Amino acid sequence: MSAVVDTHGHGHAHDGHGHHDQHGSYGGIMRWVTTTNHKDIGTLYLWFSFTMFMVGGGMAMAIRLELFEPGIQFFNPDLFNQFTTMHGLIMVFGAIMPAFVGFANWQIPMMIGAPDMAFARLNNWSFWLLPFAASLLIISFFTPGGAPGVGWTMYAPLTVQMGVGMDLTIFAVHLLGMSSILGSINIITTILNMRAPGMTLMRMPLFVWTWLITAYLLVAAMPVLAGAVTMSLTDRHFGTSFFNAAGGGDPVLYQHIFWFFGHPEVYIIALPAFGVISQVIPAFSRKPLFGYASMVYATSAIAILSFIVWAHHMYTVGMPVQGQLFFMYATTLIAVPTGVKVFNWVATMWKGSLSFETPMLFAIGFLFLFTLGGFTGLVLSLVPIDIQLQDTYYVVAHFHYVMVAGALFAAFAGVYFWLPKWTGRMYDEKLGRIHFWLTMIFFNMIFFVQHFLGLAGMPRRVPDYPLMFETWNKISSIGAFGFGLTQLLFLYIVLKTIRHGEKAPQLPWDGADSLEWTHLPTPVPYHTFETPPVLK
Amino acid sequence: MARKPARGIATWTHAAFAAVCGIAYSGMALALEWNLRPAGSKLAADIHELHEYVMILCTVIFVGVFGVMFYSVYAHRKSKGHKAAQFHENTTVEILWTVIPALILVGIAWPTTRVVIAQKDTSNPDLTIKVTGYQWKWGYDYVKGEGEGISFISSLTTPREQIENRAPKGENYLLEVDNEMIVPVGKKVRMLTTAADVIHSWWVPAFGAKQDAIPGFIRDLWFKAEETGTFRSQCVELCGKEHGFMPIVVKVVTQDEYTKWVGEKMKLIAAAADDPNKQYTLDELKKRGEQVYAKNCVACHQATGKGSPPAFPPLDGSKVVNGPKEKQIETELNGVVKNGAPTAMVAFGKQLNDVELAAVITYTRNSWSNKTGEAIQPGEVKALRK
Repeated sequence: MSAVVDTHGHGHAHDGHGHHDQHGSYGGIMRWVTTTNHKDIGTLYLWFSFTMFMVGGGMAMAIRLELFEPGIQFFNPDLFNQFTTMHGLIMVFGAIMPAFVGFANWQIPMMIGAPDMAFARLNNWSFWLLPFAASLLIISFFTPGGAPGVGWTMYAPLTVQMGVGMDLTIFAVHLLGMSSILGSINIITTILNMRAPGMTLMRMPLFVWTWLITAYLLVAAMPVLAGAVTMSLTDRHFGTSFFNAAGGGDPVLYQHIFWFFGHPEVYIIALPAFGVISQVIPAFSRKPLFGYASMVYATSAIAILSFIVWAHHMYTVGMPVQGQLFFMYATTLIAVPTGVKVFNWVATMWKGSLSFETPMLFAIGFLFLFTLGGFTGLVLSLVPIDIQLQDTYYVVAHFHYVMVAGALFAAFAGVYFWLPKWTGRMYDEKLGRIHFWLTMIFFNMIFFVQHFLGLAGMPRRVPDYPLMFETWNKISSIGAFGFGLTQLLFLYIVLKTIRHGEKAPQLPWDGADSLEWTHLPTPVPYHTFETPPVLK
Repeated sequence: MARKPARGIATWTHAAFAAVCGIAYSGMALALEWNLRPAGSKLAADIHELHEYVMILCTVIFVGVFGVMFYSVYAHRKSKGHKAAQFHENTTVEILWTVIPALILVGIAWPTTRVVIAQKDTSNPDLTIKVTGYQWKWGYDYVKGEGEGISFISSLTTPREQIENRAPKGENYLLEVDNEMIVPVGKKVRMLTTAADVIHSWWVPAFGAKQDAIPGFIRDLWFKAEETGTFRSQCVELCGKEHGFMPIVVKVVTQDEYTKWVGEKMKLIAAAADDPNKQYTLDELKKRGEQVYAKNCVACHQATGKGSPPAFPPLDGSKVVNGPKEKQIETELNGVVKNGAPTAMVAFGKQLNDVELAAVITYTRNSWSNKTGEAIQPGEVKALRK
């Protein structure tokens, strides 16, 4: 997450250009614009992701502020809907996904003993599409009619009623999709072609495995989303009727297409998180990952199943009973491989030699809360219960347990875990632990009570609510403000590490055993593995 | 059969957490809700039981798995000097923890499937009501069964002052409407859902009934309320700016009360359509009369007023139509009886109301070559009714 210390790791130049150990030909800002170095690009992704996390988080604060008590206090319902929509889109596409692509960029080449990503220039472009996409999303607020207030799912035909902000959002989704697809092709090619001799597929660190599978999910799912939003675009402007019954279309078709992307998307976000956790838990248990092979199989099984369960997001659209039963059975089946993963992580800790530095705290927090989110997922997979809970705060609570306690906790674990390797400096352990505990407490304060709100019947995406929901909403809002402030502490910790952190030892975590720890100096030089490592 | 779900482990876990939060925020109003709303139908009760059952299973598994993990966190610490074992696989254990969860899932899927099938069975309803989602209100049409023909729009009555915090909020803030949907208790009600603009979703939690309302398509759901009372809810699909302000209120009443309500509603509808005490102008009556004529008279007397003699005499130039109005009104009201037997000219007094009769009489007296220039008022028809 910072400028890489320019250590002259490998003396022999063999690229014939004479500047291989510098930051390219440019300095200053142009270094970052033109960089093709996987570490620089990883850094860009991570900082971009954190910026978007703050923007999306600001919108979440606005939402919780309005919901602090019944009545309309701060934002009119239109603006409120715009906030919920953009909060969702920015967090999913701007914060979480780029964070894990950032980890992929930094870690995959080092973990498989490759000098860089396969397509270095493409890698630069994959990143630089993102700021433009994010700008489109934010500019949409300032267009006539404002940003779209349709929810991040952008259901037709509500999209047809929106102003030009909707078009900007559609183009932003196109750009984000291009970025993801290009990044994925790069990751697949790198993993399949650039592993060091001896690094067989079944010796790869699990993080690499989860990203290989995720990249395939992205390549398969993102074009489907692009198709869905393009159809919305032509329905809006070119007189088509894909989602308009009056012209022979069907609004529900949009939902089928969207969720055919949307459910794999859940695992696009979750699988790399699983990967990070699978690196962190063994390192702090000082014990090899339990059931490596079954982890790989379970991840693949989850990925395949994720393509045949999409309509469990749509039990209330009125599909035939056979359809409901099929999607219910297929969805519950996902509990099996997911269970295997949780059991494997617990078994990894069992009889280990555990220590609880910040990365491990976040990993255990992940394990605990993600499993809770998994259980509410099982509850929601059952058609009759889901029909009671669909579009209520129960669903909001459920997916935040998966997205925040799942993906975000894993991202924090990853940052604390690898920050010493990347920067050569240690973070402040005490502050790290405070960050964890505050995050943990405030997270549950926001979202645990939302289960109750959903059970009691509070609809999601409403700017105002009946009086019986007031207490839980107050608690949830207070939690949200605390959670938001706590993340400023994270920014402080990272900046402090980069500027004043103590020098990190060569191997800060004695249980870590992948190539970046065992074969590379700390901090890692700008160019690594120009000659492939020798694996026993 | 238990109507309210048993308080299972899951509920107590909720309650315990709620209590902790309650203590922490004891300064706040503690009208805390932490479970599904009380069931008002067997279907909802079944769903509640299913939820309890799954929550108990989940809680047991959760406690089991994390009991093991936290034991490990407690006992296998490096700070306690615990040395790490180096095992990393065990085929037996791995097969077990794949197969056992799969079996548990079968145990969940079996009872759930029965409820899914029951929930989808909308056959043989006693009453069918179509609900249409509009931005941002609901329209109800009673399309089949007792009350057929009743139709009304139901919109929020919470005043803007309350929403904008200029007045204290009422008990049913955001959950009150001008026209509640009324249904009889113990009767199977089939709801047809559709929408006029964007997707909405109609939901009554107490009945376990939720169905998206999709523009251009009809979907359905059913419920059978088991107790009388008022059940409140809201639209649950984002439908634009005022999505949070289109409540659903269903009032379940006894059969007798329902019949009475239908009767009153029918009268009101008839009254709203035609006001017999109003003085109408000649043009209003002629315009309305043309419609009534087209519906009731044209088959026999023809659009030209020439009729099809001899069975169906012409009205154009007719002595009755151009004669004293009382005679024509009586003819229309009571029909024509020839030789003690009713003719095709039936007693329209039983089919048409005073306004319709006044209108159609006015129409015939001022059409074709008939030029009496008289406007017959509903009151005149009423006066001659027996």
